Amino acid sequence: MRAYKPKDNVQAKPYYTDRFYVSPQVPKFEVESDEVFAHDLEAIKAKFDVLDAYIQVGQMVVFINPEDNYKVLELMKNELEYVQLTELSAIDWLAARGGFEVFYQMLSMSKRKRVRIKMFINKGEAVNSVEKLFRSADWSEREMFDMFGIEANGHPFMKRILMPYDWQGHPLLKTYPLQGDEFAAWYEVDKIYGKEARDIIGPELRDTAKVDRYDSERFARLGHEVPKGTKITGNEPKIVQNYQEEGGVFMVKKFDKKDSVVIDDPQR
Amino acid sequence: MQVKNRLNPFFENITFDREDNEIILNFGPQHPSAHGQLRLMLHLQQEMIVKAHPDIGYLHRGMEKMAENMIYNEFMPTTDRMDYIASSSNNYGFALAVERLIGLEVPRRAKVIRMMLLEINRLMSHLFWLATTALDIGAMTVFLFAFREREYLMDIIEGYCGARLTHAAIRIGGVPLDIQDSFISQLRTFLDKLPANIKDYEDLLDTNRIWLMRMEEVGTISKEMALSWGCSGPMLRASGVAWDIRKEEPYELYDEVEFRVPYSDKGDNFARYRMYMEEMRESAKILYQTIDMYEKCVKEGQTELMAHAPKYVSAPKLDIMTQNYSLMQHFVLVTQGMRPPVGEVYVATESPKGELGFFINSQGGPYPYRLKLRAPSFWHTGILTDLLPGHYIPDVVSIIGTTNIVFGEVDR
Repeated sequence: MRAYKPKDNVQAKPYYTDRFYVSPQVPKFEVESDEVFAHDLEAIKAKFDVLDAYIQVGQMVVFINPEDNYKVLELMKNELEYVQLTELSAIDWLAARGGFEVFYQMLSMSKRKRVRIKMFINKGEAVNSVEKLFRSADWSEREMFDMFGIEANGHPFMKRILMPYDWQGHPLLKTYPLQGDEFAAWYEVDKIYGKEARDIIGPELRDTAKVDRYDSERFARLGHEVPKGTKITGNEPKIVQNYQEEGGVFMVKKFDKKDSVVIDDPQR
Repeated sequence: MQVKNRLNPFFENITFDREDNEIILNFGPQHPSAHGQLRLMLHLQQEMIVKAHPDIGYLHRGMEKMAENMIYNEFMPTTDRMDYIASSSNNYGFALAVERLIGLEVPRRAKVIRMMLLEINRLMSHLFWLATTALDIGAMTVFLFAFREREYLMDIIEGYCGARLTHAAIRIGGVPLDIQDSFISQLRTFLDKLPANIKDYEDLLDTNRIWLMRMEEVGTISKEMALSWGCSGPMLRASGVAWDIRKEEPYELYDEVEFRVPYSDKGDNFARYRMYMEEMRESAKILYQTIDMYEKCVKEGQTELMAHAPKYVSAPKLDIMTQNYSLMQHFVLVTQGMRPPVGEVYVATESPKGELGFFINSQGGPYPYRLKLRAPSFWHTGILTDLLPGHYIPDVVSIIGTTNIVFGEVDR
């Protein structure tokens, strides 16, 4: 029977999993335990729905509704002194929850605090662009679109940023294989040689570490050498290769087994 | 002859004439002053840039994807390839993020060694910046001087970890090795000479007419713009925000050492140049203090280099070779990898380029569920969109130079 491979997560799997192992949790603390965070959270709660909020590893995490994101960030920036949006990206939860978690990592320099605003969006939904508030979101939102396919409404230039413009698929999805998909394997071949050359060139080898022991064109088979280009079936005759030149080399005696003596007694 | 309706330049450096007298100039991706694979589409009116469109991704290797498919320790050498001018600072940022996630406390001696490595990397990075930027502007002598000094530092690092560029010199939970015998004496010799060396560079550049013409009042970033674009490090400090993560959110032993945070409110290329020079002096100051700290550690007999956490960190080699249980733990940690607790962490460190952040979402597995690399150069490249318009073509080179972008980090 074939091993079951889930289609919605094609990432590498840990090679051993203990069924009875229960992972510990990174401790979460009440927001009230920190004065500054408590005040900030009150200000957000006064105007918007807060689904969840806690402090983890010294930073406050606030879950909001996705439609509020622009307004919340505006409040954070203008009233709560979170002047920098240092990072913005998403987490793929498609398999487990059918959507993405988008997070905004904010920094307040006057308070020396960092807050993470998080929101959950369903598959296919777009987020409101915060590019008008923070120019740094211009490129981050493009990267998020490139990597996850999440579009930002109101973004001035919603194009791919790291992958080529005409790429298909979004590489950071869990459904996207590590070595790339079918499209990736033919992308450069089509681009450089044209589609008609597919039969001649063949798909791109996307796994650079892959060694094919039946390929005698590109790989040497140490200890089982065959001439280059040999079709290897697995039961080819053993070919004895002679590594020394026929006439011998200057100053180097050609090794001849018949003329040599095997010393049995090392103490001789 | 160009066909009129095909206006998109693709692979060659072709200029296109248009009715509105605007020229589109394709700068890069292979350009010696682009410091990597940066492609800029510049819309020009005469020599003046009216619109700039940076295009990145030529060095994209999908590190975040790779991280999701390997164990934490396996990813460490990959972080070297981000900011390959100062790779230990990337190693450190990642190690610190994982340590915060699992709540590890690193032994003091390891902390001191890490700080030494970090500051040596900062010096290496700044010297490299000075050399290449000066070369872009035509100052060949400074290039040779700065590379000479950087070579000494690389020798010290090579003696420590065997590598000159991709160090992988820091582990999750500490450092793998103690510093070699000659480390301190070599470092001291270097540091004693450094002020005179920096003076040499400044003598060559500070009042140099060409340097001043290319640097002063060029590429001015206002405070608002720097904050809005997520600038950090010298880029932010040159624009009037005295924000250094080492000072404001101290990690390791940065709260025990004394150093200043230089900043300027000019925001132009020259201010950034001054930032790098002053930071080199501060790094030297920190390094002197770490030498004292290290010698104190030795005197007090602190020999631990790795944290004691059998669930996450392998035991010392001696234990692995002599004790069965340590060997078993080591075997599990190498083959399966450590399993940090379920949770999220974002940790920012002050790398030579700016705020280097690692966001890790762990679901309790041996691989991170999501790892986001927050590289400062990404936004320092993005800011070119708003920064370049209004400047002339020769300014592009000096502006790219002072933003100090490294493409291993931009594209990841």
